Amino acid sequence: MAEAVSTPSRAEVANPFANAFRQAIYAGLVSFGLFVLFIGLKTDQNIRNELVVVQRWGLLALVVAVTMVGRFIFVAFVQPALERRKAAKVVTTTQVAAPGFIRRNFNPIAITLLFIYPVAMVLLFGFQGSLKWVDNFGIQILIYVMLAWGLNIVVGLAGLLDLGYVAFYAVGAYAYALLGTHFGWSFWILLPAAGIMAAFWGVILGFPVLRLRGDYLAIVTLAFGEIIRLVLINWREVTNGSAGISGIPKVSFFGLMSFNVSDPTYISKVLGIAQSGAYYKIFLYYLILLLALLTAFVTIRLRRMPVGRAWEALREDEIACRSLGINTTTTKLTAFATGAMFGGFAGSFFAARQGFVSPESFVFLESAMVLAIVVLGGMGSLTGIAVAAVVMIGGTEALREMQFLKYIFGPDFTPELYRMLLFGCAMVLVMVWKPRGFVGSREPTAFLHERKAISASFTKEGHG
Amino acid sequence: MQYFIQQLINGLTLGSIYGLIAIGYTMVYGIIGMINFAHGDIFMIGAFTALIVFLILVSIFATMNVALFLLVMMIVAMLLTGLYNWVIEKVAYRPLRGSFRLAPLITAIGMSIALSNFVQVTQGPRNKPIPPMVSQVYNVGGVSISLKQIIIAVITAALLAIFWYVVNKTSLGRAQRACEQDRKMAALLGIDVDRTISITFIMGAALAAVAGTMFLMYYGVVVFSDGFVPGVKAFTAAVLGGIGSIPGAVIGGLLIGFIESMWSAYFSIDYKDVAAFSILAIVLIFLPSGILGRPEVEKV
Repeated sequence: MAEAVSTPSRAEVANPFANAFRQAIYAGLVSFGLFVLFIGLKTDQNIRNELVVVQRWGLLALVVAVTMVGRFIFVAFVQPALERRKAAKVVTTTQVAAPGFIRRNFNPIAITLLFIYPVAMVLLFGFQGSLKWVDNFGIQILIYVMLAWGLNIVVGLAGLLDLGYVAFYAVGAYAYALLGTHFGWSFWILLPAAGIMAAFWGVILGFPVLRLRGDYLAIVTLAFGEIIRLVLINWREVTNGSAGISGIPKVSFFGLMSFNVSDPTYISKVLGIAQSGAYYKIFLYYLILLLALLTAFVTIRLRRMPVGRAWEALREDEIACRSLGINTTTTKLTAFATGAMFGGFAGSFFAARQGFVSPESFVFLESAMVLAIVVLGGMGSLTGIAVAAVVMIGGTEALREMQFLKYIFGPDFTPELYRMLLFGCAMVLVMVWKPRGFVGSREPTAFLHERKAISASFTKEGHG
Repeated sequence: MQYFIQQLINGLTLGSIYGLIAIGYTMVYGIIGMINFAHGDIFMIGAFTALIVFLILVSIFATMNVALFLLVMMIVAMLLTGLYNWVIEKVAYRPLRGSFRLAPLITAIGMSIALSNFVQVTQGPRNKPIPPMVSQVYNVGGVSISLKQIIIAVITAALLAIFWYVVNKTSLGRAQRACEQDRKMAALLGIDVDRTISITFIMGAALAAVAGTMFLMYYGVVVFSDGFVPGVKAFTAAVLGGIGSIPGAVIGGLLIGFIESMWSAYFSIDYKDVAAFSILAIVLIFLPSGILGRPEVEKV
């Protein structure tokens, strides 16, 4: 590579603080340049509806000062410490400590915890208080886990970068919303139907793009995702345009109990317990948990089947794959269709949970978020992806809860506004810090004699 | 016929803006082989910088001097936007050079989200309208051409000439073309590859900033989310013209502009973005190397 490890110049070694100071000045100048117009000034409307600039020099000075101090600390203290650690790592032989009890049994423990999570929340906060924890955190995160696991089949296993995954989510959601409201069909019939429909769309969209590779494929899938969204907005006779479809029926408890208060089979009437909206949320929580686990189960099983092996082979080397007689067309199409099917399942669940769908929910940003979770989790690793979803979605949701920040930054401060800004920055930082994701090993499932980890530097991917 | 020519002129204006943005995509793709997904938002940053500079100028000077205003807006926007792209390349793309191919695309998407939300947080989520800067309209044989459109066409042509000169006649341009062909070999021959790549990013951003300034002047309004759709369309233009080819980017931009204005005029304005996205898909599927691009030879 062009940039070799630079040997520190004599001045740097002699006086690290002077160097750090100089670096801090540079960083300050750059951040002043970047922010002078955007933070120092704010465009605002006055009473006559004209745009005027409002000056905010104090805030600008604060931001520049923070950048300088941060850069100084990084260069003076953090960087040398990192280098020392790196040097220490080279000297000592890499002795990996035997994984502890939690490490070894991470998956069973995590799944058990997920199953008792709503019960624990109800016990802690009561039915009403648990709503927020089960709905905003539990269901929200699990939807993204499921979406990410579905996309993982396309991106992580088959190595096809899909930036339009949200299209299949939309197909599933609208399939349930339209058929459920117009024909009154039950969720339990429409769930598989939505999955099949999304898979069908996966094949339709997948077929023309099979010849493309790498980032061209990514852009075409992005275009398809946007086309589906624009059609949803403009085909008003069917989709009701941007206003969306509301009054989508709730899921019933397998037809035995319903969650509509007016129904004769309402859950509290059947079981003889007090009325509460929390039952439905808890039911939905278990539903999405089971759907997500189904996705994981299917992924794990598929990886051991010939088609799963073919996906992984395709990801590693398409040409070798083709010369070994694997039909790349059907292999890619099955990956697209399987991934799309789980997207469709998640979509119909989403429609049932919200009771309302509109094209607003299926913007490119959603695709980007799901893809970010897959990549940050370490492509192909189910555990890593789940952890990434908890960190990214849970983190941005938690930001809503941080009302104490208002005491620091004043009452006008709304932490939600910074959600996506922080999300974008986190994507960049995590990627730069750990390009292989949180759980970065990519072990082959099929091996000869013994399992060898593939060193990251020997493999390249994403051009499938 | 007049209606058709009218649409042709509108398309030319729109196409110039797309073409200028597309050059940024095509140069970056040519030199480091990545799609700079944040380029659309760089364009938006350029438009916003122009907006803020315009408001400052209005508050300083009592009367509006269009030529002076446009010049100052453009220069400040070019400088600042160049700085943005320089920092982005250094922070988000350079550490990942040599990593697997999707890594920089992911950081680029992250940067795109971060940039548009940064502007939303600092400048507010509302539309930012400005009073019209130029309002003269000339009538030539029943076709109305506004002064805005003439300015856009002239500035685009002038910039392209300068740009063509830089890339084809200066040592910097030679270094860029060398890096494009073989980065390792260029480094061995004494070209500072990192610096060349940085300059490429700055040049792309400067053109996007000009496009942003003209976008603001033409439409008179800008909002934080304005980067995405023009960005994708400009990318379409770059691909249509053959990615990596600079004249191709301009031709692609003009074509996309024409198609969009014709589609809006003769078919349906609701589906004009669908048309642009469909062209992107169709071109990539059937003509992946574009109009002027070289077909990619696959090395095993």
